[in-house]
Amino acid sequence: MTTLLLIEQVLNGLQSGIMLFLMAAGLTLIFGVMGLINLAHGSLYMIGAFAAAAVAAATGSFLLALIASLVAAAAAGVVIEVGVIRRLYDRDHLDQVLATFALILILSEGTRWLFGSFPLYLDVPAALAGPVTLPGGIAYPAYRLVIILVGLVLAVGLFLLIGRTRIGIQIRAGEADREMIAALGVNISRLYTLVFALGAALAGLAGALVGAIQSVQVGMGEPVLILAFVVIVIGGIGSIKGALVGALLVGLTDTLGGVLLPLALSGIMDASSATTVGSALASMLIYVLMAVVLIFRPTGLYGTA
Amino acid sequence: MLRERTFNIVAFLALPLVASIALALDEPFIISLATRAAILALAAVGLNLALGLGGLVSLGHAVFFGLGGYAMGILASHAQSYVPLDLGFIVIEGTKSMPIIWLVAVVVSAATALLIGLLALRTAGVYFIMITLAFGQMFYYFTISWPAYGGEDGLSIYVRNDFPGLNTLDPIQFFGLVFAVLAAVLWVMGRIERSPFGLALGAARQNAVRVETVGLSPFRLRLVAFVISGAVTGLAGALFADLNRFVSPTMFSWQMSGEFIIFIVLGGIGRLYGPVVGACLFVLLEHLLSGISDFWLIYLGTVLLLVVLFARGGVIGALSKPDATHD
Repeated sequence: MTTLLLIEQVLNGLQSGIMLFLMAAGLTLIFGVMGLINLAHGSLYMIGAFAAAAVAAATGSFLLALIASLVAAAAAGVVIEVGVIRRLYDRDHLDQVLATFALILILSEGTRWLFGSFPLYLDVPAALAGPVTLPGGIAYPAYRLVIILVGLVLAVGLFLLIGRTRIGIQIRAGEADREMIAALGVNISRLYTLVFALGAALAGLAGALVGAIQSVQVGMGEPVLILAFVVIVIGGIGSIKGALVGALLVGLTDTLGGVLLPLALSGIMDASSATTVGSALASMLIYVLMAVVLIFRPTGLYGTA
Repeated sequence: MLRERTFNIVAFLALPLVASIALALDEPFIISLATRAAILALAAVGLNLALGLGGLVSLGHAVFFGLGGYAMGILASHAQSYVPLDLGFIVIEGTKSMPIIWLVAVVVSAATALLIGLLALRTAGVYFIMITLAFGQMFYYFTISWPAYGGEDGLSIYVRNDFPGLNTLDPIQFFGLVFAVLAAVLWVMGRIERSPFGLALGAARQNAVRVETVGLSPFRLRLVAFVISGAVTGLAGALFADLNRFVSPTMFSWQMSGEFIIFIVLGGIGRLYGPVVGACLFVLLEHLLSGISDFWLIYLGTVLLLVVLFARGGVIGALSKPDATHD
């Protein structure tokens, strides 16, 4: 195991972590402000990716594709919030889980109906297709590096939005006491729609950005959704800071575990069974991480009960 | 409208009725569909003890379903290949006997439920939903990446396992066996619901503080409920694997856990026969809708959404009136 390979894996972990953050930030906002578990968040990720793939195929422009992913996911978010989600805020978690599970079925099959079962491909823009050489002589794909940067910029923007702007104040106030801010003249139902659309847009953008590395297909959202849930549970539901820490932890654990565990085990068993056992254990690692965090801190790292 | 109790009896007897009509018409596929409905109902009846009575929304009951399935798959595959399972300190012979397989499935599921429950019940609400989901995913990914028993491809068992005195390969006999198990479990669950334990469990769902004040431990009540619930779902898993003569990691998938919850809510949450009605309805819808359109899940999703949003008592609640109460 060379240091170069290790650094490359750390970068890969960062990249998947930062994309998870885009998903998890929306989920945790929606839960924190509206108290809603949204299983359909993965479908918004998928919608963003499909919109981007369709627009990229039609126009050839990656930038337009990204804009399309934001717009399509936000629009879908608004429609879903106004049509269905709004009726669920006062319901218990079971109803929310079920109704949003039903939304997954409808949205996934609807997408399959529109686009077919075959995966679409979204190409990385030509300018970013090659590798860049980092200090120390590491060649790393430029696109992945850009994704990390875009994610970091969005994370900073989100922190500023929540912490420094009027709308952010309203969002935080909505988390603390919805009757109070409604009494102060804030249109609470419009605020909820806005938060939902914001979360949806972030998920859609993440879908489009990741879609260029992987393939765009129906069902792509659910594995990411579950990872994003693991992230917000580790970080503490409702906390954006928790979502960032959790996302990086999960991204790094998942990526590094797959590489390091087989290697560590090869010290105590022969190479082929070390690979088998190592990869079997590595696939469970983030769930073990989550279970351990919950056992010691039942409300997550930054959660408040 | 029928009284709820009458409705339950009618709904319950619909399964053997459908199976006997299918037998008369020589439609083995319909019999196996009824068997499938009965097995899925059994799994959801197990979950209903934790979810309906105990208020524990477990999105990870597929763990027990899968464990039951793999208990059958592993034991039967060793019997089929005549190679005993060598764990180093103990050598286990495979078996094709259903009662032994059931026992193993129940014990393994109960033990796992005890472990998961001890950890997961420290949390509540959303965190409980998520930690049970995480345990489910743990098992799912483990079975996918563990190659010994087929990994992602799953494991086929060529001949259905044996039950003394029955020819289990005959669809109607296997259906009868499954239905008898379902009936027995429903009877036991009905007893549990009315027992002091069941009443205390229901009370802990409604107001845990009061239950604690009278000297009962909500944690222990929930843990016991979770273990029984896991054991029943594990038994259903063993039967399901025997029905298909196939086990695969999809038995552990979170969609499976989601479907169990769907059965319960579709039928009517907190009702003993709710999961039975829900599972039958689900299998029926699946069969009818998938014949109409390739995209039948859209319709299923819509039905489910409407039930959640507008029919809070589920199908039983919508189609029957409450039993007479003692005034």
